[in-house]
Amino acid sequence: MAVIEATTTPAPAPTQPVRPRRRRGSLLPIVLVVPAVVLLLLFTIAPAVYAVVLSFLQVKVGGGLLGGGDTVEVFVGLANYFTTLADPEFWASLGRMLIVAVIGVPLTIFFATLFALCLDAKKARLVGFTRLAIFLPYAVPGVVASLLWGFMYLPATSPIGGQVINYFGSTGIFFSVANVAVWGVVGFNMVILYTAVRSLPKDLFEAAELDGASELQIALRVKLPLIAPAITMVALFSVIGALQLFNEPTTLKPLANAISSTWVPLMRVYTDAFVNNSIYEGAATSFILIIMTVAATVLVNVIGRRFARRETK
Amino acid sequence: MTTLTSSASRTATRDARPLRTRRGLHIVPTLILIVGALYCVLPVLWIVIAATKTNDELFSTPPFLPAFSGGFWTNMQALFSYNNGIFGRWALNSAIYAIGGGILSTVVAGAAGYALGKYSFRGSKWIFRLIVAAVLLPQIMLAIPQFLLLAKFGMTNNYASVILPQLVSPFAIYLCKIYAEASVPDEIMEAARIDGGSEWRIFWSVGSRLMMPALVTVFLLQFIGIWNNFLLPFVMINNDQLYPLTLGLYGLMIITGGQAAQYSIVIAGVLVSIVPLAILFLSLQRYWKIDLISGGVKI
Repeated sequence: MAVIEATTTPAPAPTQPVRPRRRRGSLLPIVLVVPAVVLLLLFTIAPAVYAVVLSFLQVKVGGGLLGGGDTVEVFVGLANYFTTLADPEFWASLGRMLIVAVIGVPLTIFFATLFALCLDAKKARLVGFTRLAIFLPYAVPGVVASLLWGFMYLPATSPIGGQVINYFGSTGIFFSVANVAVWGVVGFNMVILYTAVRSLPKDLFEAAELDGASELQIALRVKLPLIAPAITMVALFSVIGALQLFNEPTTLKPLANAISSTWVPLMRVYTDAFVNNSIYEGAATSFILIIMTVAATVLVNVIGRRFARRETK
Repeated sequence: MTTLTSSASRTATRDARPLRTRRGLHIVPTLILIVGALYCVLPVLWIVIAATKTNDELFSTPPFLPAFSGGFWTNMQALFSYNNGIFGRWALNSAIYAIGGGILSTVVAGAAGYALGKYSFRGSKWIFRLIVAAVLLPQIMLAIPQFLLLAKFGMTNNYASVILPQLVSPFAIYLCKIYAEASVPDEIMEAARIDGGSEWRIFWSVGSRLMMPALVTVFLLQFIGIWNNFLLPFVMINNDQLYPLTLGLYGLMIITGGQAAQYSIVIAGVLVSIVPLAILFLSLQRYWKIDLISGGVKI
């Protein structure tokens, strides 16, 4: 808890605002910003700090149930981290998540870009309808989408050949899960990229057209490089989304035997904390995941920026 | 993609020979879009069709043909009378979480974004840095730590435990700040001050109005985010009277998972939870300013 208080200090001291350029001592901006800061500290920073604290503890003697009164918490240093990192099942769950991501993220980005460029193509028809249709799955919650696709995959009800193709097999399951995720987000990403294409200056295309470039050439050689920063952002969102994979496999689990209760890392955290009642190890795994997500976010951002910079040269 | 675009940009400058082969090609973008639209819509269409079937028909009739034997009403009745009509309760809960949480978090983000975008005060830079850093923290992964912390104070298993953690969205604050900077001109604020308007009055009748497009977008994003959230209610709530739709349907699936006899209820539930939101969304589509999102992340 001491750590939380330390992070509170940068918050404004409510009595002295003032900076020469601005309004003399109005309290309004502070009043407006306080709710956000308090909520951020209480529900984002404090839980993260609390998870870190828990991750260094363990309960000695007894089962160590949630809120169990008489058990003693002792400091164990990095022991919980070592337990997690030494557990082959943790790496296996990470591996499964990566497989889903390696299938799903490139597909999402590829199709979102393809659709966005097609929407912007001069000769495209039915643009309004198809754009709405592709965006539609974004309004479907991940759990509901998984149930929907679950019935599409299920041999008893499948309209897409589930009787012949084993969508829940040990290999098929990765594609099935990735497909649900791609279905849910491709439209949203398409709209972001389409907006990026639309905001490019039109005279660029006209100039290219006068030079005799074909529609396809304009799309690939003018539009595509110019929307590279937006594509980076979409990639970033997709990678973060993949690391947080939970809803789809959890919902498909009752239908598919191939999905275990620790199939992806976040399911493992849940199982640790709620099924095995080992919140300390769960907290350690949570924190490892948070670090990995932040690292991946920064990495994708750096790579993307470098890529975008090279393109603009 | 890397090789394609990099070689493209290399040649783009010198390679300007006329290539007029569009004649046969103009159908291609339309075809691609139609295939994409079918991929996105057919599953929803199929669930509509499946919902018209009784359980027996579900397994015996062709998958893409609807049944007209009254299965639809039987399924709906079964769904809404299941466990004393708890499905309606779940739908109501989802609406409470999403509308309540959506409005409150929009107010929080709009106020903070305006303050950070239009004023500089002691600590404002630090607060903004904190918020940018928090954008990086994966909200979903915080759900379990949030539960552990709230459980310590006995605050779980109620409406507040689902709404409170979702009230502050660093990304929404960030969007509002960027938008306030760009859309609320200093001159107007200065003019209002000269006319004797208080800071509060300027915020309320000038700032918040000019920020309306951003606020609507933030509300819709938050609404969808909360409506779709599964893990947070999953860990916070263990009283099925407080379940949102996502959790309720999941529970229904777990209960009926083994029994094919119950599939038609779940399918009806899936349909009912898609349709209202899809209609709401498609009809509000005009008010979305998604360009805010794509423009907003050039940090």
